[in-house]
Amino acid sequence: MRRLLIAVPFLWLLALFIVPFAIVFKISLSDLAVAIPPYTPTLDFAEGWAGLKAFYAELDFENYIWLTEDDLYWKAYLSSFKIAVISTLLTLLVGYPIAYGIARAPQEWRAMLFMLVILPFWTSFLIRVYAWMGILSQEGYLNQVLLWIGVINEPLIILNTNIAVYIGIVYTYLPFMILPIYAALEKLDISLLEAAEDLGCSRFSAFWLVTIPLSKQGIIAGSFLVFIPTIGEFVIPSLLGGSRTLMIGKVLWEEFFSNRDWPVASAVAVVLLLILIIPIVLFQRNEQKQREADK
Amino acid sequence: MALDVFAPWDDPNAKPLIQFQNVTKRFGDFTAIDDLTVDIFEKEFFALLGPSGCGKTTMMRMLAGFETPTEGQILLAGQDIGAVPPNKRAVNMMFQSYALFPHLSIWENIAFGLKRDKMPKDQIGERVEEMLRLTRLEKFARRKPHQISGGQRQRVALARSLAKAPKLLLLDEPLGALDKKLRQETQFELMDIQETTGTTFVIVTHDQEEAMTVASRVAVMDHGQIVQVSTPDVIYEAPNSTYVADFIGDVNLISGKADPQDDKLHMHWAEGQPAVVGSPLDGAAKGQDVHYAIRPEKVSISAEKPENAANTIQGEVHDIAYLGNISTYHVKLAGGQIIKAQSANNRRISRRAFTWEDKVWLSWTDTAGVFLER
Repeated sequence: MRRLLIAVPFLWLLALFIVPFAIVFKISLSDLAVAIPPYTPTLDFAEGWAGLKAFYAELDFENYIWLTEDDLYWKAYLSSFKIAVISTLLTLLVGYPIAYGIARAPQEWRAMLFMLVILPFWTSFLIRVYAWMGILSQEGYLNQVLLWIGVINEPLIILNTNIAVYIGIVYTYLPFMILPIYAALEKLDISLLEAAEDLGCSRFSAFWLVTIPLSKQGIIAGSFLVFIPTIGEFVIPSLLGGSRTLMIGKVLWEEFFSNRDWPVASAVAVVLLLILIIPIVLFQRNEQKQREADK
Repeated sequence: MALDVFAPWDDPNAKPLIQFQNVTKRFGDFTAIDDLTVDIFEKEFFALLGPSGCGKTTMMRMLAGFETPTEGQILLAGQDIGAVPPNKRAVNMMFQSYALFPHLSIWENIAFGLKRDKMPKDQIGERVEEMLRLTRLEKFARRKPHQISGGQRQRVALARSLAKAPKLLLLDEPLGALDKKLRQETQFELMDIQETTGTTFVIVTHDQEEAMTVASRVAVMDHGQIVQVSTPDVIYEAPNSTYVADFIGDVNLISGKADPQDDKLHMHWAEGQPAVVGSPLDGAAKGQDVHYAIRPEKVSISAEKPENAANTIQGEVHDIAYLGNISTYHVKLAGGQIIKAQSANNRRISRRAFTWEDKVWLSWTDTAGVFLER
């Protein structure tokens, strides 16, 4: 019975992660070909043992070497990393006060405030990103309002720049930042803050010395939840970003659909996954620590 | 040579450390503290005692600075502290939940307040070590709060609140989370520490035994008002109301009509029962409603009618509560009323003099109980 129970998540992982990964990895070792599917070699079972041998002989790491030779790729990885770090920090800056506000709000308001945070998720992600195009474009609502107030004389160019990408990412991933921080802040005993004040802290230093350290786990968890998907983000940079917004997700998409170079696209994906393993492991470790602290 | 008794409240020249002057605190419609005036003196161990919701915690939080009085003022050493924020008061508080910082070690917890005062590093070290010694926590300095026991946490909380050498230490139900045995030990520790440091302590508690044990004076509170402030023995022996008598310890309360005779007060209280005789109550007129309070341990129980006792009543043993060292007899009178009498079990239980449904005589002297107006 126990084995059966454990088998379920393992089968899940096998079917939805290990097998697809193996397929992608295999394609990344293949060569580009004008064929369907657009790579070679393909495994032909009819030829038996010899066919299998020939198949393996043709696999190589050429595509990975190619990734190091063309500077587009490492620049894209680096740029993705930079954008992910900056957007994570921005999301934290916006999300922390919101989480704090909800945690300190009267009990009967909290459910409604949460609803407001989660409500946008009920609409299609794509529609929401398109909505941002309407807001940020040169004739968009934001520029119209700013021009009408008289803050600016000429419309700002936001859409198709990195700023639009940051806005889109912060907007999309905000709930992932708010929820873990809220969970940490909600557990925080108010008497700890009173104790800090009683011992000579101002409100601000009590926040800095007690609230922040005690919500550290939530901050770390939220940051990873934003950082990890942002690195490989594709929809937001391709819709809101400009031609100069370089992100690995976009490169991957172009390799795959525009160049139809499945092997290189697969290699890009495998490397991206390997890069992401580091933050994922760190995230898991943080979760583990949290569980131990809760005991 | 008589010991010099510590009783600044009887000295008209003594300057109180804390003065509540007509303090009222309202939360919306609810009046938590109602026109309260009380003085607390230096080096006192002052207990605020009352049921939950009586306003004792509000009083303490006003002293700490977490609440401000709606009306009236609170003086600390003659200064109005109403507008002073908690971090600027020479007052520290030990929280009911202890409120130890979970992310800091015991050492850092104790040093927390000292660091805020920008004390030089070596002095902080010295002071923390001193506090650790005082509370016998030297071995645990490097541990985190969740790695020590409840009793040790309680001592850390005490050490942390004492570290800044406050003029006044507030203790909010400090022993509430400890089991009974540890609580009793800790009560004496608290008293020792209070004596050693010479700090004024104000303790909030709902445990009357705790208040009686540790405090130099006890304030019994009800509905935002102090009903009586006095030393534990006066509170117990001479309560000023049935509320205080009933709140502190076990008591028999009887109501009846006053009948002053010579230098004694008689009270007629039930058909066919002799009047209760006791010391007079000021201003009690004949026929006025009065109450009589007598502690069970002051009622003797005997098989034969005792001679020369001022008060004697016959009844039947209805129930016996055996508590080991003492037994409480619930004696049912002819009219159905129950009077509790306590006697020490100085014999083994098998040789107990009375058992259920025995006819017994209850008796007490004319000074054993007190008459109360309300």
